[in-house]
Amino acid sequence: MASCIGIEMSSAVPLIEFRDIKKAFVEKVVLNGVNCSFFEGEITTIIGKSGVGKSVFLKHIVGLLEPDAGEILINGVPISKKTTDAMREFRSKVSYMFQSNALFDSMTVFDNIALPLVEMRAYSKEEIRERVFLRARQLELNEVLEKYPAQISGGMQKRAALARALVTNPKVVLFDEPTAGLDPLRKNAVFSMVHHYQKRFGFTGIIVSHDIPDVFYISDRVAILNNGKIIFEGTPIELEQADNPEIKMFIEGEFGLIDKLTGLYTEVELEKAMQNALEIAGVKGTEVAIALFSLGNLEEVDEHVGHIASHKIFQCLAGAIMDFFGQNAVAGRTGTNEIVAVIDEMQDKKGSGAEEILMQFGDMLRSRPFLKKESYPRVCKNFSIRASIGKFKRNVPCDVIINGLRRQLVDIASLKCPKNLYKGENRQ
Amino acid sequence: MRFFQSIGEKTLYFINTLGAMAIFALKGAHRAITPPLQPYKILQQVYFIGSKSLLIIFLVSLFTGMVLGLQGYYTLVKFGSEGLLGAAVALSLIRELGPALTAIMVIGRAGSSMAAELGIMRISEQIDALETMNIDPIRFLFTPRLAASLISFPILTAFFDVIGITGGYVTGVLLLGINRGIYFYRIENAVEMQDVTGGFIKSILFGLLVAIICCYQGFYMHKRPEGFGAKGVSMATTSSVVISCVVVLIADYVLTSLLL
Repeated sequence: MASCIGIEMSSAVPLIEFRDIKKAFVEKVVLNGVNCSFFEGEITTIIGKSGVGKSVFLKHIVGLLEPDAGEILINGVPISKKTTDAMREFRSKVSYMFQSNALFDSMTVFDNIALPLVEMRAYSKEEIRERVFLRARQLELNEVLEKYPAQISGGMQKRAALARALVTNPKVVLFDEPTAGLDPLRKNAVFSMVHHYQKRFGFTGIIVSHDIPDVFYISDRVAILNNGKIIFEGTPIELEQADNPEIKMFIEGEFGLIDKLTGLYTEVELEKAMQNALEIAGVKGTEVAIALFSLGNLEEVDEHVGHIASHKIFQCLAGAIMDFFGQNAVAGRTGTNEIVAVIDEMQDKKGSGAEEILMQFGDMLRSRPFLKKESYPRVCKNFSIRASIGKFKRNVPCDVIINGLRRQLVDIASLKCPKNLYKGENRQ
Repeated sequence: MRFFQSIGEKTLYFINTLGAMAIFALKGAHRAITPPLQPYKILQQVYFIGSKSLLIIFLVSLFTGMVLGLQGYYTLVKFGSEGLLGAAVALSLIRELGPALTAIMVIGRAGSSMAAELGIMRISEQIDALETMNIDPIRFLFTPRLAASLISFPILTAFFDVIGITGGYVTGVLLLGINRGIYFYRIENAVEMQDVTGGFIKSILFGLLVAIICCYQGFYMHKRPEGFGAKGVSMATTSSVVISCVVVLIADYVLTSLLL
């Protein structure tokens, strides 16, 4: 464990553990003593620059590659000491989503998704159809089930591969760049779906991704692979707080300035902007108004209306915030469904108190189409927009501000769907 | 010194490949006789290897029979034995040309396609995907092709023989005027069951060799010492055709010498 920096290892036995794994292809050393642990029921994200061997790392778990040296342990038992049947049993519970999708191009999308179930020979044709249609509906693939992979877009291929990975309800799912080539909305929808199913089915997820910080919102743990070694392993918060210069440099290089889904600042950039505003206010002797906005009941919307729909709602909220508070306000995404806005000198401009401003913002939100039931003609689910606002002085840490605002959230606008109007409400 | 090193390396590579191919063949055969059996997949491959090859086999066998009839007639007529044309055409086709030419035609049409398909599946990680889904790729991809080859080759060979004999009939009887009754009488007298059995044994062996060589070349294309990606697939396809043709002709000679 020497190479893991800045973490406190859990006392529980890891589900999968890499011990000093080494792998080289001819003379190129890809993994050079990798130590890493994956715990049951958690989502762990492996990040690293292109070509550092993240996919190679992942392929060791399913046995597609074997290490040159070192040991992989499953529930504390080295693979080398496991019987063939035990390994087959373990692998039957593991799903792998390939970076290249690896869909069978001579089969339709339906057949691709159904293949693992068909080959299990444990389900009737009817059961297979039901399970495939369920996943297809959840991933908005209904329209393309009879098409071949070459006839659908790259994003749809990605979703088909995801549907195939999840159709067996696996215990461990390995995602190799699950969002590569997707637009920001669908990227976030995929992450949200992974998160949603992970919470629902409790599988252990291991994600290789470049999409920082989006992927952090759903990760329990993060590992950074660099120069053939794991240079960091811990929670996303521990990663943000890590003071190791190598990790800091890596994170600064990889974090984007703008959140691709909302067009707002990323969490790291927002934090810098908040500190800056607080510093300036400190010099001026004034206070800074900071507001927190959150979407309530998003899980229900995710489940019944769809992941893309829920992210569109979030996008609309971000747009409304920028429209109302003006382009001079600094806003950033701090979670899957959370936005923080630094509203500098707001009171002077609007001539109202902070709470009144929130009420006015609520009135404006209610006029927006995304909060009208007519915008959801087929399936509608109640959701609310919650907000809190406060004024803060210099030297108050950002996380203290955000946590304080989270405790004061109140509903400022909501969508109320009429009961029994939508027959297809239970799309699941 | 380098010369000997190169010979040594190539010899080792050849022996390794032979061993790997033998293991691949045994695994495929083992999965063909152990459940779960895959009748539908085998049927699909019989359609691809067998049914879809019928047209090319028809054309090749018809013209082979016609050429044999033509050449045979002008040779036999010198000895006043043109009545033996039916026997000459039938024996040549049933013993030798039927199995060998069928195999070569199927190599060109279906063997190359098997190698290319499996090669593309390898480079696009589809074979890896099968492994991660706990699906045995050898059972899923190779066994149906192996079984279908063993079924299709003898049937195609029989088809080749019948159409070839008809081709000989067209030139010998319809164009050159040999008596129809004599043509078929000589065939009936000359051809023995042993000839037919020998031809079928050859076709089964050729089917086995072609399936093993072509599928192996595609399945393990990533282990080739040279060429990756599309180039690797193209090289695997070329190798599968060249090696299969050469091996079929060598096996033909060996088997003929054993059967005679």
